[in-house]
Amino acid sequence: MNIIELKGVSKRFAEKDALVDINLSIRPKEFVTLLGPSGCGKTTTLRIIGGFEQPTNGDVYFEGRRINHLPPYQRQLNTVFQKYALFPHLNVYENIAFGLNIKKAAQKDIAKKVAYMLQLVNLEGFEKRKIHSLSGGQQQRIAIARALVCEPKVLLLDEPLGALDLKLRKEMQLELKKMQQQLGITFIYVTHDQEEALTMSDRVVVMSDGEIQQIGTPEDIYNEPVNQFVADFIGEGNILKGIMLEDYRVKFEEQIFPCIDKGFGNNEAVEVLVRPEDIQIVDPERGMLRGIVESVVFKGVHYEIMVRDESGTHWMIHSIHMAKNGEAVGLKILPDAIHIMKKAV
Amino acid sequence: MRKKWLAIPYALWALIFSVIPILLIAIYSFCSRSPYGNIVYTFTWDNYRRFLEPIYLNVLWRSVVLAVQSTIICFLLGYPMALLIARSDIKKRSLMILLFILPLWTNFLLRTYAWMVLLRDQGVINQFLIALGIIEEPLKLLYTNGAVLLGMVYNFLPFMVLPIYAVLSKLDHSLIEAAEDLGATSLEVFMKVIFPLSIPGVISGTIMVFMPAVSTFIISDLLGGGQTILLGNLIQNQFLVARNWQFGSSISIIMISMILVCMAIMGRYREEGGELW
Repeated sequence: MNIIELKGVSKRFAEKDALVDINLSIRPKEFVTLLGPSGCGKTTTLRIIGGFEQPTNGDVYFEGRRINHLPPYQRQLNTVFQKYALFPHLNVYENIAFGLNIKKAAQKDIAKKVAYMLQLVNLEGFEKRKIHSLSGGQQQRIAIARALVCEPKVLLLDEPLGALDLKLRKEMQLELKKMQQQLGITFIYVTHDQEEALTMSDRVVVMSDGEIQQIGTPEDIYNEPVNQFVADFIGEGNILKGIMLEDYRVKFEEQIFPCIDKGFGNNEAVEVLVRPEDIQIVDPERGMLRGIVESVVFKGVHYEIMVRDESGTHWMIHSIHMAKNGEAVGLKILPDAIHIMKKAV
Repeated sequence: MRKKWLAIPYALWALIFSVIPILLIAIYSFCSRSPYGNIVYTFTWDNYRRFLEPIYLNVLWRSVVLAVQSTIICFLLGYPMALLIARSDIKKRSLMILLFILPLWTNFLLRTYAWMVLLRDQGVINQFLIALGIIEEPLKLLYTNGAVLLGMVYNFLPFMVLPIYAVLSKLDHSLIEAAEDLGATSLEVFMKVIFPLSIPGVISGTIMVFMPAVSTFIISDLLGGGQTILLGNLIQNQFLVARNWQFGSSISIIMISMILVCMAIMGRYREEGGELW
């Protein structure tokens, strides 16, 4: 059974549609990420699941029970807020114990559970510390501990790593994933960082303009984006107009390429995605397309090379081999590097 | 450091209008009095010793009781008001605050006289009640402790509401959501999060109401009709009627010290924030 289900959920704020017909099923113990640019409705979706907003239309189910009008304090889920929202008048121990105290748990049990949580988030010995004396990363861990100590079935995380620096963020991503697997809790995670989404999730829900664009595993949405928005938002890519001549044959840049996609109409106008790392630079005579190198930028792991082909289209290519400005090169694109997407209406 | 000269006006102001007058009062309070009431600069404790007579201690007690009562009433009335204003949306807020502050723009004396008109034997309230047949004889409303209390609460209530409002309106809403998320009902959210975090505002409000309430003499003069002598009236009488500046000064110094001690105690709690709870 799905632990959380949204059926036809929409939300209007003052004449503006924030969410349109959201249908989403989340399975137990799954790590699901809602991914999209700011204003796409991902946080609103999370807040509807958490009970902080009511859907204008549609229903929210928790383990098969409709919970539309259940207030947050009666839902069996907890939230890690964007800016942590730790109580400044309480110390670390009291913050983590807050939910257990509300439930009137025995002080002995509370002490035991808080100690376990502090150990889980690697902050043993911080019990008496004031919240404002902690660093951002430490506050983040306390916020996670405070939510997890209530033993929720689902943990909602609203851009929890947004305020941390890159290195710390990467560490926390791995730690969160580890925690989720260790505790066997469903995580619903909101972020605008596509790399974060790909790193941690079992499934990613890509959203834009209040609508779900695609739901799939990280590999699915990266390798087989359903439309231009997803292709553009997830990773980098060269997106071109093309025509699907028949199954396994696509025409773009006035050339016919073999590909591995099928199921489109004959001569259907489509969009073609080629990831920059899937293009090989070869000698001009061996390439399927020919062009001139316009710029080369060193990015650490690879070079980012811009090539202008004979019809004037710019290609972005990631390669570990250097190329020279102004050099004539050939581009080789293999069938499995070509991803065909339905044309946006 | 170059901007030091900017502090000169402030320093002069503080010197002329705060430091020197308080020093003078402190000096007078230790001076003797000639038979005709002039100040004689010989050191004496007499002015302080005299305050320990039961009649004056009684005045002190009455002043403190009335001030504490009015502070408590202001808190009980003011906190829900502040909460209400802070919870309403931005557009309504400024109107509510305006309505609240508007009476402060009229003169303090006028506002207090207005209460006399309302509370008199032939005043609006009594006539209204008689017209309705609820009472036959006018109630004695004016010149009672109750009238003084009413005047204090009426005049000082904004000083309780505004600091509490200021704290509540800055309260991070996600803290309330976090508490709800952790299972707290509305009442629990208030008791465990909103109220503890608003304590600095409550303390400011308490100080700002208690100080003028304990030292007022106009309210007790007009609404108490001289029946209720408070510390403020006592000081006023010593300076203007009894021409005993020395005794008036010693009472002033006692009152200032009292307020300073209160502020020091409350200030400590304010710094520690919610530690009190």
